[in-house]
Amino acid sequence: MNRIFSNSPAEQSLAHLSNGGSAAPALRGLLRRDLLRAGGALIVGFRLRDIALGQERVEKPGPPDAKQVDTWLAIHPDNTATVYIGFAELGQGSSTGLLQIAADELDMEMGQIKSVRLDTNVTPNQGGTYSSASIARGGPQVRTAVAEARAALLQLASKRLDAPVERLTVSKGIVTSNGKSVSYGQLIGGKLFKLAFTGNAPVKTPTEYKVVGTPVPRREMPEKVSGKYVYMQHVRVAGMLHGRVVRPRGQRMYGAGAKVLAVDESSIRGIPGARVLRKADFIGVIAENEWDAVRGAQQLKVTWETPPALPGSEKLHEHMRSAKSDDNIVRERGDVDAAFSKATHVATQSCLGPYQAHAPFSPNCAIADVKADTALVMCSTQDVYGTRNTLSRVLGLPLEKIRVQYYEGSGTYGHSCYDDVAQAAALLSQLAGKPVRLQFMRWDEHGWDNYGPAHVGEVRAAADANGKLVAYEYRGWQHGWSNVETSEQLALGRATAEWPGGAVQGVSALNCGGMYEIANLKLVNHKLPVTSYLKGGWLRSPLDLSFSFASEQAIDQLAFLLGMDSHEFRQRNIKDERWLGVLDAAAKAANWKPRKAAANLSGAKVVTGRGIGVGTHLTSYGAAVAEIEVNKETGRVVAKHLYGAMDCGQAVNPGNVEAQIGGQLVQTASRMFKEEVTINTTNVTSLDWSTYPILRFEECPEVTAVVVQHLDQRSTGAGEEVMAACAAAIANAFFDATGVRMRQFPFTPARVLAALGRA
Amino acid sequence: MARELKIRVNERVWTVASAPDTPLLYVLANELMLQGPRFGCGLAQCGSCSVLVDGVERRSCVTPVSAVEGKAVTTLEGLPAWYAAQKKLSKTPDLHPVQQAILDEQAMQCGYCYNGMIIKASELLSKTPQPDEARIRSHMNGHLCRCGTYPRIIRAIQRASRVMAGGAA
Ligand code: FES
Ligand code: FES
Repeated sequence: MNRIFSNSPAEQSLAHLSNGGSAAPALRGLLRRDLLRAGGALIVGFRLRDIALGQERVEKPGPPDAKQVDTWLAIHPDNTATVYIGFAELGQGSSTGLLQIAADELDMEMGQIKSVRLDTNVTPNQGGTYSSASIARGGPQVRTAVAEARAALLQLASKRLDAPVERLTVSKGIVTSNGKSVSYGQLIGGKLFKLAFTGNAPVKTPTEYKVVGTPVPRREMPEKVSGKYVYMQHVRVAGMLHGRVVRPRGQRMYGAGAKVLAVDESSIRGIPGARVLRKADFIGVIAENEWDAVRGAQQLKVTWETPPALPGSEKLHEHMRSAKSDDNIVRERGDVDAAFSKATHVATQSCLGPYQAHAPFSPNCAIADVKADTALVMCSTQDVYGTRNTLSRVLGLPLEKIRVQYYEGSGTYGHSCYDDVAQAAALLSQLAGKPVRLQFMRWDEHGWDNYGPAHVGEVRAAADANGKLVAYEYRGWQHGWSNVETSEQLALGRATAEWPGGAVQGVSALNCGGMYEIANLKLVNHKLPVTSYLKGGWLRSPLDLSFSFASEQAIDQLAFLLGMDSHEFRQRNIKDERWLGVLDAAAKAANWKPRKAAANLSGAKVVTGRGIGVGTHLTSYGAAVAEIEVNKETGRVVAKHLYGAMDCGQAVNPGNVEAQIGGQLVQTASRMFKEEVTINTTNVTSLDWSTYPILRFEECPEVTAVVVQHLDQRSTGAGEEVMAACAAAIANAFFDATGVRMRQFPFTPARVLAALGRA
Repeated sequence: MARELKIRVNERVWTVASAPDTPLLYVLANELMLQGPRFGCGLAQCGSCSVLVDGVERRSCVTPVSAVEGKAVTTLEGLPAWYAAQKKLSKTPDLHPVQQAILDEQAMQCGYCYNGMIIKASELLSKTPQPDEARIRSHMNGHLCRCGTYPRIIRAIQRASRVMAGGAA
């Protein structure tokens, strides 16, 4: 009964809404109204309807000129404002935070200000939404740009009201002097400022802030809670097809891609609506009906070439440690070897960190409409301009012919498959000659991610008899990030490439001793070739958990050897006020009482322990305390309570920062106890939530978040900086509970039992 | 021509065009254009696609649409009305108390998992109006949140439970 319609599913449903027997093309016109009547529909046309463009504002291929005030702000006749922001809302609340900054500088209320969808034809290029940069890098840009606009508005008002600028007061966008007033909207509503953005206009001082520094509720949350919010996965466009990709289950060695030997199209003959599209080794299935595309892609028989051998999870780290690496001394001061030979206490740790996946809660999704000479692509990228670059490569179209629009998906936490899915949707649309909506399946996203790379870390640290750190050495082995996506690799045979440069792809002082005063220090990076391993990418707080897991355990071990309290030992060796500030804030929140670690070992089946640690990602300061429980018989470890303190300078929205800290603590527990990408000798084998488990409700710790506010400091990132500290605190708590140091995470029951000598 | 398949969703009857073995999720998303139930895994592992079927939480990604024939399906969109009917309220509120409590707690991050969270929590409170924390955790355990917002979801459920009992938030 099901195949009697040849129209798209959306149109079929309209037939029912309109009591029609079949879906006639005339119904297309009814689409929007009827679906809205159905309650919560979304059909996006190819024009932006949700952007209130100023009367003189024109859409053209971006990026718009960052040196023009109009690029950043428009004032509307109804005395509201639109701020054009180049950062993506990823669920971290930064879209609210950036508007808070604008509201204060403009003397407007939050309710008068909005932002718009990221779009390469509309919003400025502020770089990607990563490295926790939205507020840190975007805040000053937005602040200075709108301050410039405000200065211009005051000039206009001064003329209109015939009063000097110093006499003007502004509230809610209404300028007043001597009982006369004029609104921003009346002054310039709907018109362009035509003003250069010099960055020289004075900005407000913290004492003048009204909403900056306050926990303004997140703007988009009411729509998210009611189901009206439009995630990427909800977007539909008229006339589109559904697509799915066909790849081996689980990626192989990055450099090898995946080669097709044969495609048996007859294997999906039973699904007449499904059609196979292919470009070299890139294969997809499209259909009008989504389920046909899903089934078609699942059932299509493809024979793939046997890939080159991977080491397998068991031998992975051994393989990395013995492989030829590109070595480089990242930092060296003093005479490390001499200092070690003289030191009273030496602690050494060699630690192993796993590959971990972004595994966004919903796999990535994109819609592409590629025509002969233009393309529109909607996706959940962290960087619309970056994605436009890769699409230009893939489609062979010039940049200005491609438009990329951002729709939020589920939290991505770094470079998940958003570029890959955008490329794949574009390729399918180009091949099909129609708009295509492509949603990755769970196994595509889990299996073809840009994983956070695995790590081998060897650290030694030494202290003198007075508890002073005297020497430190860290050596780390890992590969970097991939710079060519799977879709372009398969479709165009593009050679795999490494992401250029970037200190965060290797050992750095940030989490390897940098927070401590140590006279003799040496950091060595052993870089491995990404092409011989899995696709790598930035995963929230890249490598930091691995660094900190090794480094902060060595530091903690020194405290233990000295018979000192772990908190006091760190206090003694840190000079920087802000590091001390977070360290003490975390200890205070946890009601930390000084004692030596592992002083309360017990023979009970279930034992408890506490640990402390410090860490960061790039700029902000993080500290954490963990209270955990270890079941020595089952090997199960659970965090009972995690405390995290963060100093990110000026916390524009401390409510959001608090939420970020809470999320980081829980996600760190997940990564320390559960998460590990597994591989056999050919491919990745962790392809869903049962083979790649994450933390659940029953094991979730209580969390306490402390925001160390410094309104007078510049804002630094808040999206990842407490995770390294938390990883360390958990590891140190394990030692406190058991007297044993874990060498590898995640702490699976098997690893815990082995470490406790009970395997 | 085969007989028509009709399903009742949010108290309205719809004729389904898709094949009877199509997972309910695809029908809700593509024919009814609903945004509550949404794809997360397609494997009954995450709870993203949850709906209530006769008041019981079900994973629409693995439920053939034919299996809900003759039953009442409630999605996030229909939850306030479902609640009003249960409580015999004269007027449908804008939000179910669980939804309101999530706003009050500012619980979400990306919020994508919250369809499932809200459906599952509503199911819990309809049967166990005053769950203790352990009960909340065990009831919700099959729902994942990648952003790690579990602690705030627990607080929101506790708040909703108090509100529903007529207490202060
Ligand atoms: S999408 Fe149905 S349980 Fe995950
Ligand atoms: S809030 Fe993002 S998955 Fe739950």
